[in-house]
Amino acid sequence: MFSEIKKSLLVSIWFMFLTFPIMVIKVNTIENTIIWRWENLVLVGLGSFFLSFLWRFMHNKKATKRRQDYKDALSKLFYDNLIENKKVFIPVVVALIIFILLFPKLFSAYQVTIMTTALIYVILGLGLNVVVGFAGLLDLGYVAFYAVGAYTYALLNFNYDISFWIALPLAGILGALAGILLGFPVLRLRGDYLAIVTLGFGEIIRLVLENWGEFTHGPSGIAGINRPNFGFDLSIMGSINAIYYFVFFFVLVTIFFTNRLQNSRIGRAWVALREDEIACQAMGVDKTKTKLSAFAFGATWAGFMGAVFAAKTTFINPASFTFLESAIILSIVVLGGMGSIPGVILGALILILLPEYLRAFSEYRMLIFGGAMVLMMVFRPQGLIKSKRRRYNLESMSKKELKERQNAASS
Amino acid sequence: MEYFLQLFFAGLTKGSIYALIALGYTMVYGIIQLINFAHGEIYMIGAFTALIAAGVLSVFNLPVVAIFIIVTLVAILYSSAYGYTIEKIAYKPLRNAPRLSALISAIGMSIFLQNYVLLAQTSDFLPFPSLIGQFKFMEPYNHILSSSGLVIIISTFIAMLLLSLYIKFTRMGKAMRATAQDKKMALLLGINVDRVISTTFVVGSALAALGGVLIANHIGQINFYIGFIAGIKAFTAAVLGGIGSVPGAVLGALILGWTESFSTGYISSDYQDVFAFILLVVILIFKPSGILGKKTDQKV
Repeated sequence: MFSEIKKSLLVSIWFMFLTFPIMVIKVNTIENTIIWRWENLVLVGLGSFFLSFLWRFMHNKKATKRRQDYKDALSKLFYDNLIENKKVFIPVVVALIIFILLFPKLFSAYQVTIMTTALIYVILGLGLNVVVGFAGLLDLGYVAFYAVGAYTYALLNFNYDISFWIALPLAGILGALAGILLGFPVLRLRGDYLAIVTLGFGEIIRLVLENWGEFTHGPSGIAGINRPNFGFDLSIMGSINAIYYFVFFFVLVTIFFTNRLQNSRIGRAWVALREDEIACQAMGVDKTKTKLSAFAFGATWAGFMGAVFAAKTTFINPASFTFLESAIILSIVVLGGMGSIPGVILGALILILLPEYLRAFSEYRMLIFGGAMVLMMVFRPQGLIKSKRRRYNLESMSKKELKERQNAASS
Repeated sequence: MEYFLQLFFAGLTKGSIYALIALGYTMVYGIIQLINFAHGEIYMIGAFTALIAAGVLSVFNLPVVAIFIIVTLVAILYSSAYGYTIEKIAYKPLRNAPRLSALISAIGMSIFLQNYVLLAQTSDFLPFPSLIGQFKFMEPYNHILSSSGLVIIISTFIAMLLLSLYIKFTRMGKAMRATAQDKKMALLLGINVDRVISTTFVVGSALAALGGVLIANHIGQINFYIGFIAGIKAFTAAVLGGIGSVPGAVLGALILGWTESFSTGYISSDYQDVFAFILLVVILIFKPSGILGKKTDQKV
């Protein structure tokens, strides 16, 4: 116990030293004034003292847990029960859907707007999940495709007065094309190189949007984009609700598609590519096609959502498409659990809704994002909800099927 | 001709700074195959610590050169300490984890540090006091190369020289090279690999801090975001030259610096960063291992 305290004490002294200039001193070099904020030093000292206890406790727990059993307590408790026990699963999903459908009736327009944003991020997360989670291609420029979609609708609407419903599929197609366009040069790259090139690509798109004034209207952006027309006249409140329902419908479609894809031929090819590229090629999987399809598929959803985003906010500018946005979407995927669809949904709702409702913390939002990404990787690399591969075991087959297989094997 | 020389030296100055940061990337990558995404933030923290130290020191009546030296040392001390701590917290627990996890942890660290400085200091651009006065070194052509630019080029050259001597002749330098070649074998031969990795982070961070102080002094203002773009550029430089190779990093940085400077001067200043990234993509497509990089076999 004494040595534990000593250790934590040393850690807290180290952090007090480390954060001293930036946390405590604030200088103004023009007026030559110095502000000393000693209270921050005390906070850092106490904070790091307790955090170091927690850190070591978590480390010990991680080490002992690894020895005892591999099964994950949290996901076993909530998730497995929920998914596997149909009696629990179906009512929960039905209740959730009813709640979401009634949401605009229960809450104000402000809440509905926030919820729409969160749902947009659910779809973006699911789209990126295909690229990062399934195919294992770390894409740091995902937001570029989102920008492509948004500008597609905004420019078409601004220049040619084209309606949302025509622009939406176009945005998806252009997003997919941009995905393939990025995919081609980076086919030969792996891991880290891929990450940095996609990041560069995202930055190129953003810089072009910012500087190509006559085409994209530069940093000032495009305003006055039409809201989608739902076939009947809507008040502003009504159109907010309509977009909300539309996005919710889109979420369902996305979940359906990505879930079906997961166990399809192409989905398995993605996972195989993620696990071992060389073995996967040896088994006859076309690497080029598989990688490009992952990029294109992920980018399509981003393109769709870009158009929806432009229609929802009626104003876009390049500032909405920075690397930070990509990082937020990536952290949704990572926090939720790479490759796990329920995980990504949960991750998006937590990361987007929590800062909105905890206004006091919104200032610290990005700080917590960054910290959470590090801690997640250190203590729970599989994310909140671990992705589960569908397993085909003997018990799940019917007896008849089993017998047929045995006969087939013996003959 | 004068315009050309001006651009040439501007590119050299820029390239020198990129080289100082790129060395940190390339050394860390050479040893643990990790893109230390937070490296740009270490550079930024170096610049901030320098600013704060300069502000505090301005109370005392010291000669400017003394302030400059103390400020640089403080920045190097703190940046190294940050580099060391970051390695311990965010990378060491993930040493045997998949590469993707370590990379995400690094990105998280980078976002964390940016916002830490943003919240503790400010998001505004802070003016950095000019510590090296304008001394006149080549009378009629002062506009071609400023004195702070000259200081950058000379200090970078000295730092490079010291680093290459360090890697070549000291015990730790040899241990670093051995670890970069084969970590397991180095461990078997009695090299303390953990200490080598920590030292690599410390040395890389010290170089980045030097870059931070020099550029802050050159440009005259800093903010919390300077590390991000500089970090990407320096990484681009390291990849251009062949990541893992120390001379490659310097070469890549200089090429990048000149590309930016000449494209700004002769084509358009708006697309300076775009040219840098296009250069990166083009090089990676045609030579994925970089200019001086060795082609490594893919492990099966």
